[in-house]
Amino acid sequence: MKVATGRNLWLLAFYMFVFGFVIILLGIISHVVVSSFAKSWFATPLPHKFTTSWYIYSYKTFQLPHIMYVTLIVAAGVVFFGLLISLPAAYVFARKDFPGKNYLMILYLLPILVPQMTYGIPLATTFFKYKIGGSILSIILANLVPMIPFGIFILTPFFEQIDRSMESSARMLGASRLRIFQKILLPLCIPGILVAGLLILVETIANFELSFLVCGAESQTLVINLYYAIFAAGMRPVYAVDAMAVIYMVLVMSLLLIILRFVPATQMVFRLDKR
Amino acid sequence: MSRSLYFRLGFHNLDRAALFFLLPSLLYLVLFFLYPFFYGLVLSLTPESGKPIYHNFYLFLADDWQRSTIWKTIRLAIPITLLVVFISVPLAYTMRRGIKFERLITTFLILPVSLGTVLIAEGVLGFLGGNGWFNQFLIKIGLIKESFRFTYNYTGVVIGLFLKNFPYCFLMLLGYVSGINPEIEKSARILGARPMQIFWRIMLPLMAPGITIAFCLVFVMDFAVFPTAILLGQPAGETRTIAIAAYQMAFEHYDMPKASSIAMIMAMTQMIGLVTILALRRRLYRGTSLGITKG
Repeated sequence: MKVATGRNLWLLAFYMFVFGFVIILLGIISHVVVSSFAKSWFATPLPHKFTTSWYIYSYKTFQLPHIMYVTLIVAAGVVFFGLLISLPAAYVFARKDFPGKNYLMILYLLPILVPQMTYGIPLATTFFKYKIGGSILSIILANLVPMIPFGIFILTPFFEQIDRSMESSARMLGASRLRIFQKILLPLCIPGILVAGLLILVETIANFELSFLVCGAESQTLVINLYYAIFAAGMRPVYAVDAMAVIYMVLVMSLLLIILRFVPATQMVFRLDKR
Repeated sequence: MSRSLYFRLGFHNLDRAALFFLLPSLLYLVLFFLYPFFYGLVLSLTPESGKPIYHNFYLFLADDWQRSTIWKTIRLAIPITLLVVFISVPLAYTMRRGIKFERLITTFLILPVSLGTVLIAEGVLGFLGGNGWFNQFLIKIGLIKESFRFTYNYTGVVIGLFLKNFPYCFLMLLGYVSGINPEIEKSARILGARPMQIFWRIMLPLMAPGITIAFCLVFVMDFAVFPTAILLGQPAGETRTIAIAAYQMAFEHYDMPKASSIAMIMAMTQMIGLVTILALRRRLYRGTSLGITKG
């Protein structure tokens, strides 16, 4: 019985810690939301008056339509080219064994493991040297560096699940390599493509460092703008900054809601068991 | 290469189509990852004319204010990494066979990971700020008289990093530990091992490889701390990390050779950290991790 009590105590501590963490998290999120609707708010549990005018204010002063446009173009570009480039590579990683495969895997892991700050500065330098720094294109190109390996590591297990005999049969019936890829493999890995696309999408929208290093005045994504708004605290009312934070949050959370229907949360972070 | 050797090594597997499939991604990484990195390395080794090749590195290390960023970064990275990993391991272990509200808990925990550092910073500034709910609460229950400064200092950065990296590390370890074959634990229990024995003698050694990688990843993320250190810390003081120093050199002084040298020093310091972690692990535990995963 002693063992059982010990376990119960431990479980109690476990739930208390998780509960505390979730409370703080909820506090952080709802503080931003409440503040974005406050007329003014100073050292009281809740603001005395509520207003939606900060959303109109931030829509105008932050040039929200333009920011949204940049964010969506960047996200769409990274998802499209990320999938296009990582899909065939994932297929080779899933199906082929060749010498140096492990070393190649390590090379592909580096952009995920090495912090973006470390290679972002040389990358930004290179972009500015070739006069593409500061453009929307440069943000897409920079974000693709970690996202291509990320896509490969998500897609490879999906290809591994597809039975090899499908390909063999198609091959025997005379289908060409390209046709097999098009007609058999691609339809079978639609779920994988969907998952990888969504994960790349949310990662790109939330990714800060790389976009921050290469962006210019006209090519700031939502999260970069949010950063500058917080950084220049005092230039604008904190409620307006919070309104923009809420817009960003709604975007990320709605994507997250879709993603969690397909992927468990433990698979959204770096997977330790996949080598 | 002779044809038989070619076959023996297995290169025949990598036919032209496979190469063609691999090429775009490989080319991309060479062009946009390896090339910039080596360009940065070369740039860092090209000081103003007439100076020795290591001059940029010397300038950084000889300047007290610049050199102190290394210590400031370490002072943040190591405690937070230890805190994050040491809390994540027992929690992930507890959840290994599933638990009540598991889905709800993991859903909440993925939130800070997805929302990112900038949003967390804004939330912490409000919630834990001088007039935020948390301080109001502490004053109300009589724990403190005046509001406590959680933000714009070392504590703020610790909180910000913990909020993002703890869920990340926890979910990573949870994925790893639930992949360990449950039969192993069952056998130990049948042979009469107590829960504590199972944890220390069986499961912890099996988790060691995963913990090591998680430790390395969290350390790397903490070491590169940038937006959190600026928004929640004192970027001109105690939390001026090495990433901030590199950024300022590149985009405030527009001195790319010096900035590259700082980025290289950052990468090297980080490598030293990783090698130390791996060496420590080898000293602490030596063993096999073969055949532990389910099917």
